[in-house]
Amino acid sequence: MPEELYEIEANIPANPIEEYLRMDRMPHIWCPGCGIGTTVNCFVRALQTSGLDLDKVAMVSGIGCTGRVAGYMNLDSFHTTHGRAIPFATGLKLANPELKVVVYSGDGDLTAIGGNHFIHAARRNMDITVILINNMIYGMTGGQVAPTTPVGATASTTPHGNFEETFNLPFLAESCGAVYVARWTAHHVRHLTKSIKEALAKKGFSFIEILAPCPTLYSRRNKLGDGLDQMEFYRDHSQIKNGADTKTVALEFQGDIVVGKFVDKERPTYLQAMNQHYQKKFGDRYVPSEEMRKVFHA
Amino acid sequence: MAEVAEQTKKAAKGSVVISAERCKGCGFCVEFCPPEVLELASEYNSKGYHTPILVKRDQCTGCDICGMVCPDFAIYGYIMKKKTKEA
Repeated sequence: MPEELYEIEANIPANPIEEYLRMDRMPHIWCPGCGIGTTVNCFVRALQTSGLDLDKVAMVSGIGCTGRVAGYMNLDSFHTTHGRAIPFATGLKLANPELKVVVYSGDGDLTAIGGNHFIHAARRNMDITVILINNMIYGMTGGQVAPTTPVGATASTTPHGNFEETFNLPFLAESCGAVYVARWTAHHVRHLTKSIKEALAKKGFSFIEILAPCPTLYSRRNKLGDGLDQMEFYRDHSQIKNGADTKTVALEFQGDIVVGKFVDKERPTYLQAMNQHYQKKFGDRYVPSEEMRKVFHA
Repeated sequence: MAEVAEQTKKAAKGSVVISAERCKGCGFCVEFCPPEVLELASEYNSKGYHTPILVKRDQCTGCDICGMVCPDFAIYGYIMKKKTKEA
C-alpha cells in the first residue's frame, strides 16, 4: 500500500451545483446532447466564485428551451412572456437597484421577438447581465428559422436552405452601446465561466453570446451529427480573438467561429445618468431611488 | 443514488462522482476529459442510456471539466484531500 492514503467517504463533497438548482424539477427537459445545461453549469460556477449575495441576484428568462433556466435555478427568478425578459429585468433593476439582474434566454426570444427591447436596453446601458444561448434556431417550437440561422442552413420553415441575412449579435450589441460583449461556445467552459464572472461584476449592459448545440432540430436537420459532434466542431473550428472587431465576427454556416471578449469599456449606466441629470437640474430636491428605498425600508 | 468511484491503489489526485440515473449519455464528459479517464459503460441506466464510468482511476486529476461540461448535472470531479498519516 502506498504511504499516503486518501479518505474515501468522508471527504467527498456534495455536487456543487445542487444547492443552486431546484432539484425537485430534475431531470430537466433538455435533450441529450443539448448545450444549455453546460452553460448553466458554467453560470453556477461563476456565481459561486463571484461572491454575490444570492438573495440579491434575480434571474429572468423568456420563452424557449433556454427560458427554462429561470425555473431551474434556485434563485429569485421569473419566467416572462415571449421576448419580454429584458423589459421585466429593466423594471426589476429600476425598482430595486440593489439587485443583480441576470437575463438568461435564447436567441429567438432575445433578438427576434424581444429584439427591440434588446437594442434599447443596450442603448440605455441598463445595468443588467444578458446571457444569450444561441442554438441558431427556434428549438422549442419545432426548429423554425430564426434571425440567427446561418445562410444556407436548413430549418423546418426553410427546407431548401435559409437565404436571409444573419444577425451578427456581438456587433449588434456593441453598436447599440453594450459595455461588455463576449462570445463563447458551450465547449469553452473555463473561458465562459471567467467571462460570466466578469460580466456579473460589470456595471452596465453586459452581453455574452454562447453557441450551444441543438442536436434534435438544428444538427439533425442539417446532417451535422449529434450534440457531441457539434461540440467537437466548436473545439476544432473556434479561434480565440480577444478584442477582435465585432464587424468581423459574423457567423457562417459551419464556418470558423471567432470567440473571445470583444468589448470591455466604461459608460454611465441608465441609473447613474438619470441621477446625475436630475441632481444637476433639481439639486437637493431630487432624491435618488436608492436613497428613497433606504427611507422606506428603515 | 450517487455511485462513488472505488478507491485506487495508486495515489490518484482526484476522483469523480457519477449520478447515473440523471445521465442522458451524451458523451461530453468522456470526450472532453483532459486525462481521458472516463468511458461509456456497456450497461444502461433505467432510461436506457449508456452512462460514463471511471476506468483509469489512478489518472483522474479531479479537474472538474466533466462537471462543467455535463449538461445534466450528473457528474462532477473533486480533488481528494490527503489523509493524515495514521499510526
